[in-house]
Amino acid sequence: MPVLFPHGVVASQESALIVQATLLMLIVALPVFFLLFYFAWRYRASGRGRHMPNWSHSRFDELIWWAVPIEIILVLGALTWTSTHMLDPHKPLSPAGDAMVVQVVALPWKWLFLYPQYGIATLNFVEIPTQTPVEFQITADAPMNSFWVPALGGQIYAMPGMINPLRLSADSPGDYHGVSANYSGAGFADMHFNLRAASRDDFDTWVASVRKGKGVLSAPVYSALRVPGVAATVAYARVQRGLFDRIVGQFLDAGSPMRH
Amino acid sequence: MNFFGTLSIDSFVQTSAVAMGAQVFVIVAATGGVLWLIFSGTLDWLWREWLTSLDHKRIGVMYLILAGIMGVRGLADATLLRTQQATAALPSSGYLSAEHFAEIFSAHGVIMIFFVAMPLIFGLINLVIPLQIRSRDVAFPFLNSLSLWLTVAGALLVNASLVVGQFSAAGWLPYPPLSELAFSPGVGVDYYIWALQIAGVASLISAINFLTTIITMRTHGMRLMHMPMFTWTTLGSMLLVLFAFPLLTVVLALLFFDRALGMHFFTSTLGGNPMMFVNLIWAWGHPEVYILVLPLFGVFSEVVPTFSHKKLFGYTSMVVATMAITALSFLVWVHHFFTMGAGANVNAVFGIATMAIAIPTGVKIFNWLFTMFRGRIVFKTPMLWFMGFVSTFVIGGMTGVLLSIPGADYQLHNSVFLVAHFHNMIIGGVVFGFFAGFTYWFPKFAGFTLDERLGKWAFWLWVTGFLVAFMPLYALGLMGMTRRLYVVDPSWQPLLIVAAVGLAIILAAVAVQIAQLVVSVRNRERLHAGHNPWGSHAPEWAPLPPVDRTHNTGVAMCIGALAFLGGFGMVWHMWWLAILALAVSAVLFILPPFKHV
Ligand code: HEM
Ligand SMILES: [Cu+2]
Repeated sequence: MPVLFPHGVVASQESALIVQATLLMLIVALPVFFLLFYFAWRYRASGRGRHMPNWSHSRFDELIWWAVPIEIILVLGALTWTSTHMLDPHKPLSPAGDAMVVQVVALPWKWLFLYPQYGIATLNFVEIPTQTPVEFQITADAPMNSFWVPALGGQIYAMPGMINPLRLSADSPGDYHGVSANYSGAGFADMHFNLRAASRDDFDTWVASVRKGKGVLSAPVYSALRVPGVAATVAYARVQRGLFDRIVGQFLDAGSPMRH
Repeated sequence: MNFFGTLSIDSFVQTSAVAMGAQVFVIVAATGGVLWLIFSGTLDWLWREWLTSLDHKRIGVMYLILAGIMGVRGLADATLLRTQQATAALPSSGYLSAEHFAEIFSAHGVIMIFFVAMPLIFGLINLVIPLQIRSRDVAFPFLNSLSLWLTVAGALLVNASLVVGQFSAAGWLPYPPLSELAFSPGVGVDYYIWALQIAGVASLISAINFLTTIITMRTHGMRLMHMPMFTWTTLGSMLLVLFAFPLLTVVLALLFFDRALGMHFFTSTLGGNPMMFVNLIWAWGHPEVYILVLPLFGVFSEVVPTFSHKKLFGYTSMVVATMAITALSFLVWVHHFFTMGAGANVNAVFGIATMAIAIPTGVKIFNWLFTMFRGRIVFKTPMLWFMGFVSTFVIGGMTGVLLSIPGADYQLHNSVFLVAHFHNMIIGGVVFGFFAGFTYWFPKFAGFTLDERLGKWAFWLWVTGFLVAFMPLYALGLMGMTRRLYVVDPSWQPLLIVAAVGLAIILAAVAVQIAQLVVSVRNRERLHAGHNPWGSHAPEWAPLPPVDRTHNTGVAMCIGALAFLGGFGMVWHMWWLAILALAVSAVLFILPPFKHV
């Protein structure tokens, strides 16, 4: 269960939030279950409970069950306010702005990853260093989708003409499942990817090996990717300059892409 | 210009065996039904007594029949989805293609919401509201009949897509850009749009009708704070329809302009904005779920006091809570797209507003529980449905509050956890609530009660089936399984098989319910009930003065038929047909000789 037993700092906070909120709600839910079955048993027609057919109002009792849920919701509301700001996907994980950037394009029906700091790109798999804040800059050149790696943290929509940032980081090396979460057409179910988190050294070695490869993500190669269909994994040693900005900007007549 | 628009012989060609089977089935069932009606001589009786009736009770029954028929279709779709997911663990890809699977989940969602759940509540409302406020009928009997037949027209359009062309494959809410012409070039989305436009207008007319009825036609001396709870919750629900459905109409019209006229409201290009569609459709969509569930809250407020032999606890609180839910349900729609990337302030505010709805809902539950307290509870089936409702609804409520916390939603959104949550609310709340109300009010209209033994069997099978079918989905969601997958990861398969077994149990429950109806009709002498079999104090149970026969008119049904033709014309770009149908409907509607309002 990657959502409850995650491998990233964001997902850990999110799973803690899920558990905490569930426990809080049980304060109301358990009494409801208890009272439901207790009353059902105690006041059944053949039971021994007192029958008071006209007892239908008690200001004090009603005050209690307006007040108790209100209290719980106040606490949950405070939790929501702080957690929503803490887990805001747009908020940098580290103040220094030293995050590694991965640009993500949801294509029909493949995921393309560009690594602007390294000049490489990968299709249908992505590799990141562990213990490093990563900023995914997510867009789509296809129907809207949603980028989700459950083991590392929550999702965000991938939409044409927009860049949606999502900050994640992996605690420990491993292979994590990445999925499309928003239905995007017939190839949707086949559109997933592997995210490999590797130690810094292994990651650097991997980057070097990709750079030695031959594949180039040029405009024609990219155009072929836009044709609907599924694809295998590919690594590109070089990427045409300015490709990502053109992908985002193609939907606009002028001006810069909308940023969230 | 082509006489047949975009329609051609090829439009009748279905590509897969399952789709061909459905096509043949619909054609055979439709022609068989019509032939039987003509040759068995029932048509005349049916026309006189039912199809042209303006009597709210008969209209109510026809709504329920529509819901029943479409419910069979919705369950058949659910069976296809469940068996596909249970068998399609990679490398196997099951027996449905990706496209067909998408068409089926879209049709299942649309049918269940618009043509099962909505007719169920409108059926109950039609049957009960006039009796409960002790008025002769609804305010506008002709419009009432019109609503029914427009709803039927919408349902027929959905089924027509099985025969000619195909249905939408873009989900029950067709998000652009996927639903735009560029990515959904077929007629599927157009069928969706016109089926819902027609049914949507029907709902809006009904809302106006019932609001007017409740506000102006209550019996002498029934002040607002004397109204029975079912009337109150219906009032809330109809207010929501009144304010929400125009949004649906507009947003679907804009989508159609994009598709048919090449406009750019929701495209990604030329200044269109798909996010606007998502925003607008949910501004209708969230109130919609409360439109469905509020009347059933009212049902429980009638059932619990009756079977606890006690007055409803905290009537005033109940009214306040109902109205609070009505108002709040307009302020929370953003929780359906926390993951779109709005800022933390926006998400947090809408998250907190959402969980605030849990407060009045919790109060309602406590009031029902304290109605049982110091009561003398008899566990007839309606009361059992209440027990089933609370037991399941509380689970759904908790997962709902979880989904309303943005930080948690990022991990749960669009997963099958969400699918489990909304089925939890709809089946536990709307479906169980309907069964409670149906069993409870049945003797009022039929003169005999439903068989208790089979009713209890159905209850236990439904509750078990529901838990077995949907609890695994919560776990699967936490395992990272997203919704709408036609092939799945092998590690999910065991739980998906469990879910399929759950559906089998639900199907058994439905079979028992059909048997219950048949057996009860057969034993109606023995099950004969007086005018108030449960000993309720609610006004609808008191004997009513006999109603003088309302007059009949076939005009509403004709307009319904024209709406179907007009919708069909729109789908296939046969503009002349659409315009003609609209013009003739307008004439029928306006001209004095046909006026039967
Ligand atoms: C009675 C048993 C039912 C079963 C077994 C069932 C099963 C399913 C399944 C398997 C899906 C697809 C899940 C996925 O996307 O992975 C689904 C979707 C859905 N169901 Fe049901 N369902 C049932 C009843 C209902 C009812 C009563 C309603 C509403 C009144 C309903 C409304 C929906 C909706 C709105 C969707 C979403 C469709 C979409 O993704 O666009 N279902 N259901
Ligand atoms: Cu909602």
